[in-house]
Amino acid sequence: MDIITFIADNVDVLVNRTIEHIALVAVAVGLAVATGVPIGIAITQSQRVANIVLYIASMVITVPSIALFGVMIPILSTIGQGIGYVPAVIAVLLYSQLPIIRNTYTAINDVDPALREAARGVGMSPMQRLRMVEIPLAVPVIMAGVRTAVVMNIGVMAIATYIGAGGLGTFISRGISQTDPRQLIVGAVAVSLLAIAADFGLLGLQRRLTPRGLQRAGG
Amino acid sequence: MIRIENLTKVFETPEGPVTAADHITMDVPDGEICILLGPSGCGKTTTLKMINRIIEPTSGRVSINDEDTTGMNTTDLRRSIGYVIQQIGLFPNMTIEENISVVPRLLGWDRKRTRERARELLDMVALDPSAFMGRYPGELSGGQQQRVGVIRALAADPPVLLMDEPFGAIDPINRAVIQDEFLRMQSELNKTILFVSHDIDEAIKMGDRIAIFRAGRLVQYDRPDDLLAHPKNDFVESFFGEDRALKRMQLARVRDVMEDDVPVVRHDDDLRRALELMDERGYHYAITLVNEHHQPVGMVMRSTAETRRGKCGEHYYGVDALAHLDDDLRKVASLMFSHDTTWLACVDEDGRLAGTLTQRGITRYLGATYRPQE
Repeated sequence: MDIITFIADNVDVLVNRTIEHIALVAVAVGLAVATGVPIGIAITQSQRVANIVLYIASMVITVPSIALFGVMIPILSTIGQGIGYVPAVIAVLLYSQLPIIRNTYTAINDVDPALREAARGVGMSPMQRLRMVEIPLAVPVIMAGVRTAVVMNIGVMAIATYIGAGGLGTFISRGISQTDPRQLIVGAVAVSLLAIAADFGLLGLQRRLTPRGLQRAGG
Repeated sequence: MIRIENLTKVFETPEGPVTAADHITMDVPDGEICILLGPSGCGKTTTLKMINRIIEPTSGRVSINDEDTTGMNTTDLRRSIGYVIQQIGLFPNMTIEENISVVPRLLGWDRKRTRERARELLDMVALDPSAFMGRYPGELSGGQQQRVGVIRALAADPPVLLMDEPFGAIDPINRAVIQDEFLRMQSELNKTILFVSHDIDEAIKMGDRIAIFRAGRLVQYDRPDDLLAHPKNDFVESFFGEDRALKRMQLARVRDVMEDDVPVVRHDDDLRRALELMDERGYHYAITLVNEHHQPVGMVMRSTAETRRGKCGEHYYGVDALAHLDDDLRKVASLMFSHDTTWLACVDEDGRLAGTLTQRGITRYLGATYRPQE
């Protein structure tokens, strides 16, 4: 009962925090797609570089988020952004690299060599091959990487409240510090629901972006 | 014409350099199908792929219609050469229309012309454009996909076509159909075609010329009949097998082998007339009986004519097997065996007698090339 009352009394805050949370993740993952996809495509040119890049991205993901925020405070303080929005976005950006780079790399690498040869044979330039054949075929797998990144980082972003980035994590941190289970539960459940909703939403987008010819053949 | 001069490819491998193609030199005249034939790893595919530079040659030169392609931009070169591969390689994310239109689009044709060309090509391989333009490759059967693969290569009407075992992945029945279809198309299009195959029968059927490869070298390059009749060395001999003389039978048409100036009798001719004609020609066996439309209906045996009296129409045996002018000798020989005869009447499209064919005639024809020249 308490919880429902709490929600009713704080609807506007809850909505604001949710929007804040979505905005943070969206900006960060958006930047991660803009960087990770080109990196994933670029490293298909060299097995050695690919191994190194994927190794580094895997290392980054093992750093606990609290520690990552801690490390960024002194670094970003030099430009006056030690806490708040910027380090939160950077953390999520870094965490998103592995699923996005790895999926892009795998998807482009897995394009049937016969199709690649056909594309060369009809006289497509390397850029035309990417644009007309390889990227359209890779979209489903790349989008799966984006989904993983989003779901994972909705959770990570909840911790960013400790460096003052806002979002739904605020309810959780206050719930802990004020020993207020209502806030704690509302925050936790909201984060979970948001992650599930985002996953479904992106699955829909993934299906929309998948070329029609692949949907029928591959299911 | 495609002129290949000293074309060589050396691959660097961890075990040292491997020469995949060793100074290949050959000319393919305009409008001919040249089959590159040989066991796997013989260099035939490498040679083919050096022509559109899917594989970059180590040395040597390829000229197409007297233009050296060495200095040409690879994308321009490839857009001017049709390319068909065994795996077909239709782009699954594109519709059939988009697949066919790939090269015209890359060449910057306008939308209307591109679309018309796609329709025209689908019609050519008997796929209904209104049903197929909007479909995706995954919805087509293997044979249909390969037809689309072939017309995609023809879209921008390139003078030269490279085909890498194009029908290899298709089941034998459909393969024969699509081969016939392709030959029919080629008789109108007159493309200059290089065609890799490892199937001897396909090579004999499709090729105007056959190039035999072994271990990176071109062993013999000849017309199929010359190759079968006069293999240059033991390798070519064993490659075509002990029955190579029989394989030549599918290269010869009835019209080239039959005797066309043959005497005939009609129903109301007297048997004595039949005997007279047979004596004149030295026939030991029989003479053909035709109806008023000059269609063969039977034969009058010599033994009958010698022993009976009366009209031919009263003493003949019906014919139940006929050879057509464009049948090959293999089919005709098979007909002879299955009807236990050494003789067949040959008819034109209207069923009129055009000549006769005997086993002796076939033997003479196939044997001619082995007889010492006088």
